[in-house]
Amino acid sequence: MMTEYVHQPDFMTGDEFSIPTFSLLCPEGELHDGAIEPALERDHARRIYQAMLATRILDERMMAAQRQGRLSFYMQCTGEEAAVVGATAALDDADMIMAQYREQGALMYRGFSIDEFMNQLFGNELDYGKGRQMPIHYGSRKLHYMTISSPLATQIPQATGYAYGQKLAGDGHCTLTFFGEGAASEGDFHAALNMASVHQVPVIFFCRNNGYAISTPAVEQFAADGIAPRAFGYHMHVIRVDGNDVLAVYEATRQARKIAVERNQPVLIEAMSYRLAAHSSSDDPSGYRSKDEEEVWRAKDPVLRLKKWLLKKQWWSEEEESTQQEALRREVLDTLKRAEKRASPPLESLISDVYADITPALQRQFDQLKRHIRRYPDAYPRGAKSLDLDVGTDTDSQGEA
Amino acid sequence: MATMNMLQAINNALDIAMAEDEKVICFGEDVGIFGGVFRATSHLQEKYGKARCFNTPLVEQGIIGFANGLAAQGSVPVAEIQFADYIFPAFDQIVNETAKFRYRSGDLFNVGGLTIRTPYGGGIAGGLYHSQSPEAYFTHTPGLKVVVPRNPYQAKGLLLAAIRDPDPVLFLEPKRLYRAAVGEVPEEDYQLPIGEAEITKEGTDITVVGWGAQMEVIGKAVELAEEQGIACEVIDLRSLLPWDADTVVESVLKTGRLVVSHEAPLTGGFAGEIAATIQERCFLYLESPIARVTGLDTPFPLVLEKEYLPDHLKIFEAIRESVNF
Ligand SMILES: Cc1ncc(C[n+]2csc(CCOP(=O)(O)OP(=O)(O)O)c2C)c(N)n1
Ligand SMILES: [Mg+2]
Repeated sequence: MMTEYVHQPDFMTGDEFSIPTFSLLCPEGELHDGAIEPALERDHARRIYQAMLATRILDERMMAAQRQGRLSFYMQCTGEEAAVVGATAALDDADMIMAQYREQGALMYRGFSIDEFMNQLFGNELDYGKGRQMPIHYGSRKLHYMTISSPLATQIPQATGYAYGQKLAGDGHCTLTFFGEGAASEGDFHAALNMASVHQVPVIFFCRNNGYAISTPAVEQFAADGIAPRAFGYHMHVIRVDGNDVLAVYEATRQARKIAVERNQPVLIEAMSYRLAAHSSSDDPSGYRSKDEEEVWRAKDPVLRLKKWLLKKQWWSEEEESTQQEALRREVLDTLKRAEKRASPPLESLISDVYADITPALQRQFDQLKRHIRRYPDAYPRGAKSLDLDVGTDTDSQGEA
Repeated sequence: MATMNMLQAINNALDIAMAEDEKVICFGEDVGIFGGVFRATSHLQEKYGKARCFNTPLVEQGIIGFANGLAAQGSVPVAEIQFADYIFPAFDQIVNETAKFRYRSGDLFNVGGLTIRTPYGGGIAGGLYHSQSPEAYFTHTPGLKVVVPRNPYQAKGLLLAAIRDPDPVLFLEPKRLYRAAVGEVPEEDYQLPIGEAEITKEGTDITVVGWGAQMEVIGKAVELAEEQGIACEVIDLRSLLPWDADTVVESVLKTGRLVVSHEAPLTGGFAGEIAATIQERCFLYLESPIARVTGLDTPFPLVLEKEYLPDHLKIFEAIRESVNF
């Protein structure tokens, strides 16, 4: 690198740069002065809206189901639907997504069915993850959506590696990884960005800056102006965007994808938003933030903002809205009832997939387990059922996490 | 005496330690005003200020690296890792730094003031990443101490000892018992010894060894065994590193039989270490093979957690088989 020599000590802090926020749509659903409407076709815009709406409704119903004790755990995307769906809509449907856990909107957009959501949430025999992970840890091979892993930030350097492979394969695809502003504190984040920049990798780092990591507010997470300035340190393209403005998110991600795929360069996007719901069903935000603060953000509802724009363009109507909402609610409830009644994955799923093939040692442990369950079938209703043994007692619930 | 659950006992120990020594500093993810996701550090920030009890950024390697430096400087950090499943980003700092600070510097520097608290264990429908028992990774690390309490009384006394111990301690808290275990706990300051096992029940037919949340499960198994006239001697190791082999040896010399139980997978689990030591030192006294009742050699499951766990029935069967060998 070339450097200029100066002869006075001059310390810099980063305040020399200020990163603006890209936004197109006002809360009233109109374009800002000077904003250029993205080239978004009617059907595409409707697909985006319907995914956002469906995500909102799924979250509402499933949180209610969790409260009724039907589900062990849940996490909502509420407030961040524009960021997640907008980014996904700007990708090719075959681009890889590596998400954190609050990005069900991306799956919704790509066509994960309500049945598929439910099967994972209830960990039943149809769950692709075979009932091994907590609710919301979705994955879909056919929709190019990597199975969620709870340890934070681990997917970020993996996205760099995955995208490097895509570059070598030359198939014109990229990877987008979602993560929270909290997770961006992990070492994995920094490793991921540096490697992506050094190795010229077609990866998009999409930070959902929603203000909180559980109870920890962003001001206690970093002293800098958000996550975006970190890109400078890695010589990476960066843009900050209003995360509640789906048009801005869409347009920023669309252009980021061009940089990634056409120039093999990584891009960092910081979407400014707010986690409107609790961190998870185990959390109560009243211990660390005010209702007033929440209200400020509720007024910026991203779903409503897009709806207003669509209504103005006459691409959507109130009638469609109510029909759609009602249909979605019914579908979620019907599907939920079906999914929770389904059998658990078979006992063999305890030991499969640890390795490609079951090891002799594990097989021995499993045979011993089966003998034990045959001796005490009532104590292991799921295992006993799977072994076709008669069980006296009822299957108990998953308990709480 | 007061009635406390395990979280209250831990909170009380931290409160006492912070009140007594202003060098004691508590931090971790969500540990500040919120008091931690399990509330083990409730009210400590209010009482001792933001400089001594605070939220850290979300970075475990940073938390433990920072704690190592702070301890080297002479402070007494009590760092919380939100779940033991998330301790691994800090593995390098713990295994290569915490554990070797004193040795590599010829005792010029040490991080003896450091205590790392972290909730571990299953039985809460937590699946792969909210259930693990990672103790064996750390018992393979000379220079560390590893302590696991089984109830509120033990938790308070052992945590106070850990904070004041001249060596760094990994303090594994059985989170299934955080609210479930309730007991009488002295309100005043007291310490329980690190490195000493406790015989929680005497018996002559068989020795059953465990630690942490597994002690409750062993208790139930032993009740079943006693109904069948099998007199069990039960030992809570309390410390896994260093572990009190003498107490176990003495018991097995008497009973001639041993069952060890932990939730972590069988292969490479700490039960293997105990079994090897006991067969070395009690070989001619053993009446039956040493039995290990543990989790399977798989990641921790969710829906089939009950089937996976080494519950009281599996331990009871192992006791029976050992006695009938
Ligand atoms: C390595 C690791 N450390 C801690 C946790 C516990 N944890 C789960 S979510 C979370 C907060 C994440 O905040 P952020 O990244 O901002 O995402 P958000 O929940 O706001 O979407 C924490 C600390 C974890 N899952 N993994
Ligand atoms: Mg966040």
